[in-house]
Formats: sequence, C-alpha cells, structure tokens
Amino acid sequence: MATLQADFALPLRAFELELGLEVSRTVAVVGPSGAGKTSVLRVIAGLAAPRRGVVTLDGETWLDTGRGISCPPERRRVGLVFQDYALFPHLSVRANVAFGAEGRPVDALLERFRMAHLATARPRELSGGERQRVALARALARGPAVLLLDEPLSALDAHTKTEVRHELAELLRELALPTLLVTHDYEDAAALADEVGVLVDGRLRQLGPPADLVARPQDAFVASFTGANLLRGRARRGPNGLTAIRLEDGAELFSVEEAEGEVGVVVYPWEVAVARAHEPQADSALNVLRGEVGPLVEVANRVRVRVGPVTAEVTAASAARLELERGGVAYATFKATGTRLVPL
Amino acid sequence: MTRRALGGLAVFAATAVALCFLVLPVVAIFARVSPGRLVAQLSHPVVRDALLLSLETSATAQALVLLVGTPAAYLLATRRFPGRSLVVVLVELPLVLPPAVAGIGLLAAFGRFGLLGGTLDSFGIRLGLTKAAVVMAVAFVASPLYLRQAIAAFEAVDPDLVAAARSLGAGRARTFFRVVLPLARQGLVAGEALAFARGLGEFGATIMFAGSLQGVTQTLPLAIYTAFNIQPNGFTTALAMSALLVVVSGALLVTLRLSLQWQPSKPTSRFLFAPSS
Repeated sequence: MATLQADFALPLRAFELELGLEVSRTVAVVGPSGAGKTSVLRVIAGLAAPRRGVVTLDGETWLDTGRGISCPPERRRVGLVFQDYALFPHLSVRANVAFGAEGRPVDALLERFRMAHLATARPRELSGGERQRVALARALARGPAVLLLDEPLSALDAHTKTEVRHELAELLRELALPTLLVTHDYEDAAALADEVGVLVDGRLRQLGPPADLVARPQDAFVASFTGANLLRGRARRGPNGLTAIRLEDGAELFSVEEAEGEVGVVVYPWEVAVARAHEPQADSALNVLRGEVGPLVEVANRVRVRVGPVTAEVTAASAARLELERGGVAYATFKATGTRLVPL
Repeated sequence: MTRRALGGLAVFAATAVALCFLVLPVVAIFARVSPGRLVAQLSHPVVRDALLLSLETSATAQALVLLVGTPAAYLLATRRFPGRSLVVVLVELPLVLPPAVAGIGLLAAFGRFGLLGGTLDSFGIRLGLTKAAVVMAVAFVASPLYLRQAIAAFEAVDPDLVAAARSLGAGRARTFFRVVLPLARQGLVAGEALAFARGLGEFGATIMFAGSLQGVTQTLPLAIYTAFNIQPNGFTTALAMSALLVVVSGALLVTLRLSLQWQPSKPTSRFLFAPSS
C-alpha cells in the first residue's frame, strides 16, 4: 500500500498549523472548528502554500519547499471531497463525475454509487446523501492515489448520517487507498479511521488508534474530546497505594494512577454505573458520586443520563428499571481502575 | 378623505408622474415618425453611414472590452494585493466622468499634442478623425460598466468550485473555461449589455476626441445632433434616427432580459434547504 507523508508549517490567522503525518491506511484528524483541519487537506492537495514543508507519496514529491518543488493541484493525484461537496452547479451529475475522468469509465462509477438514474440531474435537485455520493464518485473518477475527505458526514442530517457512515467505512476498506479525513466529530473519526489525531490550535495533541486515545488520553482536551467526563480536583497520596482526588465540590475520588496536585479526572460514560440507592461501604476501589439526575437522552438502545457532575451511559433496560427521573437523586459509581488522571 | 388615503394618492400620483416623464419622450419620437418613414430613412446615405459606423465601432470596442476586460476583471476579482481597492476605484473612475471631460482627457492623452501624441505620431499614427478614435472613446466610457459587473460576477464564483476543478486535474485555463466562465456568465452578459448600450449612445467624448465626419467618425448620436443642428428641416431626420436608436437599444434590453431568465445557474455548493435522502 502506498504511503502519503506530509510534514509542514502553514501560518494561519491566529496560529501556525504545524504537523507531521504518515498516511497509509485511513487516518482521521479531529479537532474543534478553527483548529486548522481543512488547511491540512488544502496543503496536501496543493491548494494552500505552506511556509515550509514536504509532501510525498512514496517516491513522488508533491511539495518540497527546501528544494523549491511545488506541484500544482492538478498534478497531485488526490481525490478531494469538500465539506459542502463543491459540485459544479451548472453541470449534470454525469458531467460532474466525468470532469476529471479523462476517459476512465464514468457509467460504472455512477452505477456503483447508485446514481445512474440521476445521471442527468443537476446537483441542486439532489439530497444531501446523493450529493455526497456524487462528490465521492467524482473524486474517484479522477483515479486518485490518495483520498482526502473534509467533514464527509457533517452536511448530512442525523438520519442519513448513520447509514452513510456505515457505507463510507465499507467503501474505504474496499478502496484500500491512503485516506486522510478531517472531522469535528470524534465518533465519526473512530468509526472510519484506523488512526486518529487530535488537532488543537494547529498542533497534533495525540495520534494513535482510537482505542489508545480512549485508554490513555494524553491530556484533558483529548479526554473530553473523545467523550469522557472531565472533573477537576487536587490529587494526593491515598490509602492502599491509590491516589485520592478531592473535587472542587468536596467529594473524594480514588484512582489507581499516580498524580499529585491539580489534575483532571477522566471517566468514560460507559464506565459509570447508576443506582438509586447506595449502601455506604469502605471500598475505596469504587468511586461514588451522589447527584441530581439531569437530562436523559436516548441514543439507540442506550440512555445517556447526567448524574451530578458526570454523564453515564446505561442500557435502556436498566434506565427503565431504575425509574430515573429528572430532578431525582441518584448515585454514579465507577471503579478506581477506570478512573484516569491527566494533567490540566 | 383620511390622511392615509391622501398619502396613498400622493404616492400613486408620484409614480404616474415619474412614468409619464420617462416614457413620454420615447413615445413622442414614434408619434411623429411613421414606420414607413423609419424604413425609408435607412436608405438615406447619412443615416445609413451613421448606423453602420455605430454598429461597427461599437462591435469593435466591445470586442476589445471583452478581450482585455475579462482577464483583467478575473485578476482583480481573485487576487488580493496591496492597492487593489485603489485599482478598482481607478477602473470605475470613467463612470463618473462627464463625457466632455472624458473627451478632453482622451485628447490630452492621445491627441496630436497630447501626452502620447508625439510617440504615436513618430509611429505614423494619427488618431484624430479616425474610426480608431471613435472605438477608443466608446471603449473608454463603456468598459468600466463591464469591468465593474465582471469583477462582481467573478467574485461570486465559489472558490471551492475552482479548487475542486483544479484538484480534479484541470489546469488554470480549463478551470476558467469550464467552471468560472459558465458560472459568471450571467453577470458578464448583464455587464456587457450595459456597456454596449452606453457605448452605442456615446456622444460627448466621441465628438470631442474623434470629431464628426460622415462615414468616418459620425456615429448615430452625432448624426442626430448634426441633422438637428445644421440641416434645414433636420428635425424630422433627427427624429427618424432617434427612433432607430430606440429600436436598437430596446431590442438590446429585451435580449438581455431574456438571456438572463434563460437557465439560471445558482451556486449549489452550499445548501439552500436541508436535504435528506
């Protein structure tokens, strides 16, 4: 499999985007809006000129500022899918896909993306999901060596999104092209990519398989971005080799990880259990937080519920059994082993 | 009568007055020239010469405006450089110049004793009393209308579409002709129609810079003025030529309206409504 390597610095308005990436399978760059995600793709595609940098695909050099090399966008073999798809409004679906095809078969692609019946339609007549398929087909018709996807799912409504995410994951596996996608949604990134990099203010905070990011978030931002609860507290040496953390509201938690001073306590929602009653026990291996029940949100067959300062994710069945009600009192419990500490 | 009704009446009256004022002169021209006379005037050598010259110089001037103005407008629309807004203002300056000032300016620059007059003269070029001078006068007063509109039209093309075309393998030229030009077409057509209309009616700069020589520099507006001013019973001839100009300009306006209604190309890159599949 080919490998795309990019290492560059691009001054943006508020900060400098500076990162190095190696893409041979699917890599997702996630980050809040304004982190410079789209600029990463633009540099690789040749649509933005970095201050310094090298972009290569195996032996092919697309950019090397040191040697004064910069291929124009049309000579870089990238399939770029824009966030808003950027379909040509004055061309039919077929003409859009054929735009970069240079004789490669277009009809087969339209067939494959279930767009054959809409070949003569204009982009404005299409739904969001259809536009996305046209944009993908158009990018692939160009015969790209690298696929670049900008927020591939963000322009879709929630209903379409789940389905398209599944399809897209399937497609990426099938294509086996080095793929770099950027998204603000960690769940999308984790679902689509083998490796996820968290980009904040132009720098990669952490890069690794999604499971690693969740298991060992490097800092508070990565933790909360990957969906964890983040509590602030002061750590000191506790009993049984544990670390005791005093939270701002006075509650005390324990963690098996070592830390001292101001820390962020990281707990993932699926590691939190919820109970209506709690028998006090002197088991410091289990953290207990008593709190008011906040809003309950159903997500598929699970329920997300806020208990005091933390969000828990429980099965719909147990939520029903517990008869949780907004405004009531409940206990959130989680193990000291599932309680990670990160620097703030 | 209530205050409100009075106010309504006043607005209605104002509209009626404005409409009459604008339409009446045009109607008056046709009221005094029968269609038969209008056609008959076409065989008059002065009229025929003036009409042909007007069409020829306008076509040449507009061809130059399109050829030079389009790339210039594209550059000004897509590049950001220091002093850009000053350049845009300078390009629009001839729009607000009185035609007489434009004529004097052209003379001062390209006339025999003008800034470049000596240089042109040394190449054997004398612009006074030539078609070239008419073309220059027309281009000078008309091109800003096209440039202004063309800059706006190019600015309205979504840069992502240009980027998409490039990353799909199209070079600058192919991107321009296949994506930018079709999307900016409406604005370009509108701007060019305005420039054409303005150029066709050009009077002040032409008469000062190019003179009024029948068959060489005497365009329709100049012929109308000459007929009215100099010839005995010239008013009727002037009326007939005016009617001719109204017909040509009116046809232009209708063509413009029709061509703009035909196949609107709105950008669809951003969603206008929330779609779902």
